[in-house]
Amino acid sequence: MALKRGKQTYLFQHPAAIRSFAAIGSKREGEGPLGEFFDTIDPDSTFGQKSWERAESRLHHDTVELAVKKAGLSYADLDCLLAGDLLNQCIGATFGVRELGIPYLGIYGACSNMAEGLLLSAFLAESGLRYLGVSTASHFCTAERQYRFPLEYGGQRTPTSQWTVTGGGAVVVAGATAQTPDQAGPWIQAAAIGTIEDKGIKDAANMGAAMAPAAAATILGFLSDTGTTPEDYDLILTGDLGQVGSDLLYELAIREGVDLRSRHTDCGLLIYDRDRQDVHAGGSGCGCCASVLCSYILPSLREGRVKRVLFAATGALLSPTSTQQGESIPSIAHAVCLTSRKEDLPWN
Amino acid sequence: MSLTESEYDALTKRYSQNSKPWINVPKAFLIGGGICALGQGLIEGYTRLGLPADLASGACSMTLVVLSALCTGLGIYDQIARHAGAGTLVPITGFANAMVSPALEFKSEGLILGTGAKMFAIAGPVLVYGISASVLYGLIRFLFGQA
Repeated sequence: MALKRGKQTYLFQHPAAIRSFAAIGSKREGEGPLGEFFDTIDPDSTFGQKSWERAESRLHHDTVELAVKKAGLSYADLDCLLAGDLLNQCIGATFGVRELGIPYLGIYGACSNMAEGLLLSAFLAESGLRYLGVSTASHFCTAERQYRFPLEYGGQRTPTSQWTVTGGGAVVVAGATAQTPDQAGPWIQAAAIGTIEDKGIKDAANMGAAMAPAAAATILGFLSDTGTTPEDYDLILTGDLGQVGSDLLYELAIREGVDLRSRHTDCGLLIYDRDRQDVHAGGSGCGCCASVLCSYILPSLREGRVKRVLFAATGALLSPTSTQQGESIPSIAHAVCLTSRKEDLPWN
Repeated sequence: MSLTESEYDALTKRYSQNSKPWINVPKAFLIGGGICALGQGLIEGYTRLGLPADLASGACSMTLVVLSALCTGLGIYDQIARHAGAGTLVPITGFANAMVSPALEFKSEGLILGTGAKMFAIAGPVLVYGISASVLYGLIRFLFGQA
């Protein structure tokens, strides 16, 4: 049983361990600062497929395949796979893993998918499931054609816009019953289920601004529920707020008396070099935090280079239809607390 | 968070960088002007080849449209437009790009429901309201103007 603390936070009594992780990216991700840490960089963004949607599905398939292989398991060992993406009806995920025969739960939290998946996997592990997979991915070309314009259309992007990551990440989580005596981390110690926040932003080219209130609500909620401060963590990591969203997050937090600056960074700012790669406000998409987490953060936790990470990924819950109908953009953020060692808890 | 929507809107504006018109406007002027100069050159050329003025204008438009479609297909047009903005949007080349890019993009959904149906996704409104406006203008002329 997970112990509820405060409004929205749960502490796991038998924390799940992240047994393996895999990240795949394409050309632009490979040219970014984290390029060398990806398991695979395929410069061909079609991934050998005939449509962009198939390419995105391939990302799901290949990251899951790689993560399961690195875990030393087979598909039959997985009790459940949680996966999601940004495409209509989540075909990126389902079509990618349809032939694997793993019991499947589709999830949708837009770009918060990775955090939502980790959160759910930790709860399912707490309830007795042994091995679980989590996979999320995004593709620049599928996102553009669904949300914006055809690729070859000659438009200009605004400075607040972000660049959808072509990449994905998958993890295999081991529940308490599947853990070995010398089980390595990282460990999923706690989770906060986010609330939907909407501060009236309607500009779909400024997702960072739309999502910052959700990030602030969940991060501040988690800190308050657990009685911890930003200094209790090595890193407070958001998913794809970009520069605008990160600045707004600091501003919102400071108004509540919490200074996040010394501990916070954002996967959308880590994955690309904004000065060199023309991505405007940073990276975005489900694959952004998934690939940064699986390529760089989880290995750092496993090796003990960072000890405690509060990972809060945000998702903008809009659709092209809602944007055209002039609706504002509701957003959500889910958080999981990851630690390098099982006994090392940021709270008492 | 006690912030109201209007307070948050003000905060967002403070942190959201604006476009840089002192860079974008000259670039649009130069590249858009370049396309127009090319058009003028084409008209002069076709006139010298013996085409009457009205046919030379038509031939110029057709040439620019073909060039734009070609550049779109080769993946060059959007690279230029990234810098040019309205400079590549306003001339007839922008219209051609708006037709060809969805036609290419949605080929994966088939020739009927993809290319055929989606080809007008961006340029469609221009046609609808452009043609409607010209019909309205014609009616006004017919009813109130001199024949």
